[in-house]
Amino acid sequence: MTRHPDAVVVGAGIVGAACAEALARAGMKVLVLDASFAGSGTTAAGMGHLVVMDDSPAQLALTAYSGELWAALAPELPRNVEHVSCGTLWVAEDEEQLEAVRQKQHAYMAHGVAAETLSPAQLAAAEPHLRPGLAGALCVQDDAVIYPPVAALALVRRAVANGAQLREGVRVDAIGAHEVIAGSERISCDCVINAAGAHAAELTSGIPIIPRKGHLVITDRYPGFCHHQLVELGYLASAHTMTTESVAFNVQPRATGQLLIGSSRELVGWDATINHSIVRRMLDRALDFMPGLALASAIRTWTGFRPATPDKLPLIGAWEDTPGLWIAAGHEGLGITTSLGTGQLLADLIVGHPPAIDPAPYMPSRVLAGAGVH
Amino acid sequence: MGSRVVEPDLEIVVDDERIRVAAGTTVAAALFNHGVSAFRRSVSGEPRSPVCCMGVCFECRVTIDSRPHVRACLTTVVDGMHVQTATEP
Repeated sequence: MTRHPDAVVVGAGIVGAACAEALARAGMKVLVLDASFAGSGTTAAGMGHLVVMDDSPAQLALTAYSGELWAALAPELPRNVEHVSCGTLWVAEDEEQLEAVRQKQHAYMAHGVAAETLSPAQLAAAEPHLRPGLAGALCVQDDAVIYPPVAALALVRRAVANGAQLREGVRVDAIGAHEVIAGSERISCDCVINAAGAHAAELTSGIPIIPRKGHLVITDRYPGFCHHQLVELGYLASAHTMTTESVAFNVQPRATGQLLIGSSRELVGWDATINHSIVRRMLDRALDFMPGLALASAIRTWTGFRPATPDKLPLIGAWEDTPGLWIAAGHEGLGITTSLGTGQLLADLIVGHPPAIDPAPYMPSRVLAGAGVH
Repeated sequence: MGSRVVEPDLEIVVDDERIRVAAGTTVAAALFNHGVSAFRRSVSGEPRSPVCCMGVCFECRVTIDSRPHVRACLTTVVDGMHVQTATEP
């Protein structure tokens, strides 16, 4: 089947893995290629926060849809995916942010996403290590966390169980009309899915995706130190604004008892070295919200590159310049969450099923006019 | 001159049990002398105890005065210190 697959998925990050899973489930013969190994790129660097976000109506639609798909899949995931339904607390520092929390709650509930506003006392009871004096929080109880690289592998294995083939260590050099070129090999197929994440633009010119660097710190095990994924309400502003660099308080309890501390955003190209000054700022921000973190030992710090687009929405759909080419890339910091929605949406578009959500906001054609990343 | 006998001269609490140790002893030595075999447990629940005794292997971590993950081999006993091991998983 490798000679004439129906679909070749380029990139076995979690987005490519989800596309492969959905396409194989729809009955297509799928070949997945990865330059390294499944889940090894941006996927391995991410936090694994399954989160509904409302930066735009289209973002809310895709994250909420994906959240439903994750909830449905969770019981079937292997244990080592470490799926934990811990919920998210969006923490408000003052009255102004608390008003934003209330608006956020209305937006979520209008979309059918359960969300509850916590008073300062309720917040302190839920997370005793947060500093006193916070204004409250929005609790989104159906949000969850997973271990992304293992989740990507689990999705690939589900695709393989439906007849897909995974080939790792195969670097795609070019994508043409109904074909993929990898070294001396030319693979013909009905459709190609460019799911190369932050590298997608290297294979399809005209895609406005650039790498947006992030740092994460993981601590030793402190079971019970916090119970929810904790994010400051200002995170949205940090994620939304394409400033040179920004940090936000973002702490996640891992199933092992470890604490994952984020987050930072920088536009510095592909420089993967650790920027100690921004790590310092990130940790200071975390300590400001959780002073008790000062006693924790950090055991590892790493960086990764989010695939960022100008309008903060992924590209999902046909790339009209190249016959047979589809794009599933540009998910910035939400690729773990939106992978499942992306895979299902793309598979529905390819096989001609009516999609569950309106695909228009994610159509790659919106950027063919040549809008740059700003 | 003969060999010097170090008399236990201070008291620490190991897992709720009071024991007497000599000043200058490391927590790791005190725990070994007390017969502790599981200083900590791995993420999968296996008992662990010191390998290097010089601060490198991190296998000797215990909770000291409520602070988790302190290296017993690099810590000298202090009178009244509370040490918690992973004897109970």
